Amino acid sequence: MLRFLLRSLLLGALVCSTVLVASFLLSRASGNLAINIAGPEASAEAIAKIQHELGLDRPLPVQFYDWAARAAHGDLGRSFLFHEKVSSLIATHFPVTFRLGVFAIVLALVVALPLGIAAALLEGTMFDIAIGAVALLGQAMPSFWLGLLLIIWFGIDLHWLPIAGVETWTGYILPSFVLAFVAIPVILRLTRSGMVDAMRADYVRTARAKGLSRASIVLKHALRNAAMPVVAVSAVQLGFILGGSVVVEVVFNIHGLGYLAWESIGKGDFPVVQAVVLLFSLIFVGLTVASDLVSALLDPRVRGA
Amino acid sequence: MSPVLEVRDLRVRFGAMAAVRGIDLAIERGQTHCLVGESGCGKSVSALAVMRLLPRGAKLEAGAIRFADEDIARLPERAMRRLRGDRMAMIFQEPMTSLNPAYTIGSQMTEVLRTHRGMGRAAAVERAEAMLARVGVSAPGMRLGQYPHQLSGGLRQRVMIATALLCEPDLLVADEPTTALDVTVQVGILKLLADLKRDLGLAMLLITHDLGVVARIADVVSVMYAGEIVEHAPAGQLFAEPLHPYTRGLLRAIPVPGKVKRGEKLATIPGIVPRTEAGFRGCAFRDRCGFATYECAEPIAARVEGAHRWRCRLEAGWREAA
Repeated sequence: MLRFLLRSLLLGALVCSTVLVASFLLSRASGNLAINIAGPEASAEAIAKIQHELGLDRPLPVQFYDWAARAAHGDLGRSFLFHEKVSSLIATHFPVTFRLGVFAIVLALVVALPLGIAAALLEGTMFDIAIGAVALLGQAMPSFWLGLLLIIWFGIDLHWLPIAGVETWTGYILPSFVLAFVAIPVILRLTRSGMVDAMRADYVRTARAKGLSRASIVLKHALRNAAMPVVAVSAVQLGFILGGSVVVEVVFNIHGLGYLAWESIGKGDFPVVQAVVLLFSLIFVGLTVASDLVSALLDPRVRGA
Repeated sequence: MSPVLEVRDLRVRFGAMAAVRGIDLAIERGQTHCLVGESGCGKSVSALAVMRLLPRGAKLEAGAIRFADEDIARLPERAMRRLRGDRMAMIFQEPMTSLNPAYTIGSQMTEVLRTHRGMGRAAAVERAEAMLARVGVSAPGMRLGQYPHQLSGGLRQRVMIATALLCEPDLLVADEPTTALDVTVQVGILKLLADLKRDLGLAMLLITHDLGVVARIADVVSVMYAGEIVEHAPAGQLFAEPLHPYTRGLLRAIPVPGKVKRGEKLATIPGIVPRTEAGFRGCAFRDRCGFATYECAEPIAARVEGAHRWRCRLEAGWREAA
């Protein structure tokens, strides 16, 4: 168990550093921050002066090392555009995205689990086929488009829900639904296939032979085994949801981390981009490790080993 | 005394395939009835039909299953649930997969008592522990807290047996209970089943393909072939004087240590089991039988002589030409 944990942590660290190097290079290649700050009419000397002040004229490895060394001590630097510490920018934007992500994954589970179980129990019926078709459709639908559709229907036509922002809690409903929509098909299909397998398993036949109630057979004996991979995948899906918040926050004009990332990428505000990428990759790796751990804990065969 | 279980003309179909084609069975208290035959002959399907646990796609087409003074062949599922695990219990071939890997032995045993007897936790645990001790499980208190993967195959099968017997059923259906076990473990399990049957007065329906198992444990034997019982007799009589050519073939196919010579081919029955669709007529064994005549394509009436019953045109006392 300890070796398993150490191995996943090591792999996670490798993933994080790779992502950081890649994002560092890509953001440097995508535009010149000094030009953005100085404005399009600035002279070459002015741009060079700004570049020198920000240290952008140094070789890339030096810049990266400098940034990484500071980040390791908790100093993520200052935003070039907002004139604010990056860490405080993140502190104000993160809670919004976090709330959005948690709402979305809870919503996804609440919808996907019962539908997946029902589809498995009604395997091969019209209900099962319809659920499968809807799930496929959901997987294929781009979330920005779904977001816009929902804004038109529920926000503009029906006036039920706000079309942008999260000033009230109702503002979270549409964006969390859009985010959940991506995770629902994945969780639903996994729940369905897990339940189909479990309901055919020998131990379910034993449970029937023992005269247990239908509820006990489905919810205790079958679901417990089908749930193991679902829990693992849900943690990873939460990572995807947080990543997907970049698109959804822009569509719904919500000032969370995703919006911050989008804004700073567009303007070449490297310190912010790097910090957000670092945070997202840490969260993603953390969730992956957590999902491995949780599924190990759920399975007595792994737990004891 | 009326039998604990009495099956009349049981028929089960999988689509067009007739898996069980009208079998009769009767098992009395304290009796072990072995249903023997090769894979696919319908013996396991018959056992599942008796428990009303047929898989989806299988249809209980006709027949009466008299158990506990009622015909349970048409009993609603809710009423069947009250009988299963309480008055009738079943154990399976795969002790590895028949226990739920996610729950402890204790949890899987006590749920039976809680469901059928409404027992509290403490009482149920006490009873489960006593039953584990009864079936020869060492350190039963510790086992209750263990998970299936921590137990050996033989122990798991003992756990299955203990679980089946918690409510003191009248009927125990055992589907190949020793097939997946090591030979030495098999003997222990068979002995245990024999002891339990005697002590608890169980009626036991034991499904097996292994004539060695039959010889050890059976009081009465029914030999199944292609969905029919082709021969039925008290165990001693069946081994002493098998009357159906199929039964004779089966018995001849058992290699006897010391008699089998190296390099000599083992006896087999040539041919394969036919697919019996609905409307199949005559003896299903005729294509593989050395004694078949044109008569065998017509429906064959069962011959009865005392407790011996066989479905063949050949009369008692027939001899194979030397």
